[in-house]
Amino acid sequence: MQKTKTLFDVIGPVIIGPSSSHTAGAVRLGLLAGKIYGEKPKNVKFILYNSFAKTGKGHGTDKGLLGGVLGLNVDDERIKNAYEIAKNEGIEYEFEFREDYNRHPNAVDIEFEAPVKMKVSGNSLGAGEVVINKINGYSFNINGDFPTLVLIYRDKPGMVYRVSALIQHQDVNIATMHCDRNAKGEEASMGICLDSPLPDYVIKELQKIDEIYLIRNIEAIEEWKK
Amino acid sequence: MEKIESFEDLVKLSESSGKRIYQICEESEAENFEISVQIVRERVKYNLDAMKNAINLGLNSKEKSLSGLCGDDCAKLKAHYEHGTTLFSKNYQKVILYALATIEQNIRMGKIVACPTAGSCGIVPGVIIALSEAVNAPEQVQINALLTAGMIGEIISRKVALAGAVAGCQGECGVAAAMAAGALVEIYNGTASQIVQAAVLTLKNIMGFVCDPVAGLVEVPCVKRNAFLAINAVTAAELAMAGIKSVIPPDEVVDAMQQVGQLMSPQLKESSEAGLATTKTGLEITERLSRQWGLSVE
Repeated sequence: MQKTKTLFDVIGPVIIGPSSSHTAGAVRLGLLAGKIYGEKPKNVKFILYNSFAKTGKGHGTDKGLLGGVLGLNVDDERIKNAYEIAKNEGIEYEFEFREDYNRHPNAVDIEFEAPVKMKVSGNSLGAGEVVINKINGYSFNINGDFPTLVLIYRDKPGMVYRVSALIQHQDVNIATMHCDRNAKGEEASMGICLDSPLPDYVIKELQKIDEIYLIRNIEAIEEWKK
Repeated sequence: MEKIESFEDLVKLSESSGKRIYQICEESEAENFEISVQIVRERVKYNLDAMKNAINLGLNSKEKSLSGLCGDDCAKLKAHYEHGTTLFSKNYQKVILYALATIEQNIRMGKIVACPTAGSCGIVPGVIIALSEAVNAPEQVQINALLTAGMIGEIISRKVALAGAVAGCQGECGVAAAMAAGALVEIYNGTASQIVQAAVLTLKNIMGFVCDPVAGLVEVPCVKRNAFLAINAVTAAELAMAGIKSVIPPDEVVDAMQQVGQLMSPQLKESSEAGLATTKTGLEITERLSRQWGLSVE
């Protein structure tokens, strides 16, 4: 689902240059991956594909991705110094460049090694728009334009109902929903984009469900806050 | 509010309602996103301030880009205007200085306003900020000008993707210049028809612009092109204020531009497979940078 086009896509957004796809898009991907990981990583590896690999260094794609993981937004002037900031925070990082035309021209795999392992993949689609399409092998469709609930859980009948009922009871409208499960059918995932943020109450209720082992309540990425 | 799909709709609505283009723009944005016109204007002001900030920083920096290809052109031009000779007025000088200052901030990973894109970010501020200073335009007038630019870009974007990979540089620096031209006519307090004419007169002059960046980077030829197209915009605004009109109606010009974009080879649309990117020197630069950055992806 695409967000509604706004005037500020034309006379904006305010970003760190030089490229909306290769810099601002990279920051957004890093930012989303960091929020999905949910804690400060000890080390992280970025695998850049195709155009991201070929022109990434010149566009600061590496610094954008790392800066995003560190929590910097698309208009943060510290992105330029992402390497130094990571070093100061004791975060190890590594970059690898690959060519693989089965992947999107601007694709990245972000592999967190410690304290826990997680692999997040995404693409920069142009004009700063991005999509996170894989988390630990499960397919997702997260673009950062909406508050998003990410769940990974032991597959069991009725889970989608239980989760959506909890959300609906809070009068929060579900914009889109994306479900997947692993080959064995033992584990499943849900990515739910919402029209408004979820109250903490829902998260607390979700935490009570034993079958769910990963819950992330991700805010929309705002470029401008009043 | 009535739907505005074309330049014709826009001019008609402005003439029938007596509203200026910027008013139509801010009201439609407020309506679409269920916010007040005041909030829309505050956000435009925020972007306008970001533009001014980028100009101030850019005017005082010589820092090169990550590739080292560009970054000191604004400083050279500034020094030339301080010590050299020129036939042109302070206003002309400021337009190209501010355009360069902004786009150079972009390539050194500074904070800029993509307007409509990062690679074309110098054109609209170059024109609006420099010429607002020239006539001492109050901040509200500058906001009106930027809103006008936004409306023009939005209407063009209905038919032409604002992306070099789809429409060539027409869709980036070309559209930026059309937006800037309309904005300047707003500063001049021209009519809706004159604003739209300024925009399309600009577009007619950028038809077929290729996007052939050396080494795939937003630097060569993008940086200098921002200065050139800011002046293109100013020329169009002058013609439009004189009552000069495009023989081909505005929306037909946009259709033609969309068609030209489609007909252009993908090699000339941001893929760096032709044009300046594949000149002898272009290829040498590409190779040198790959070695420098240790990119052995082949």
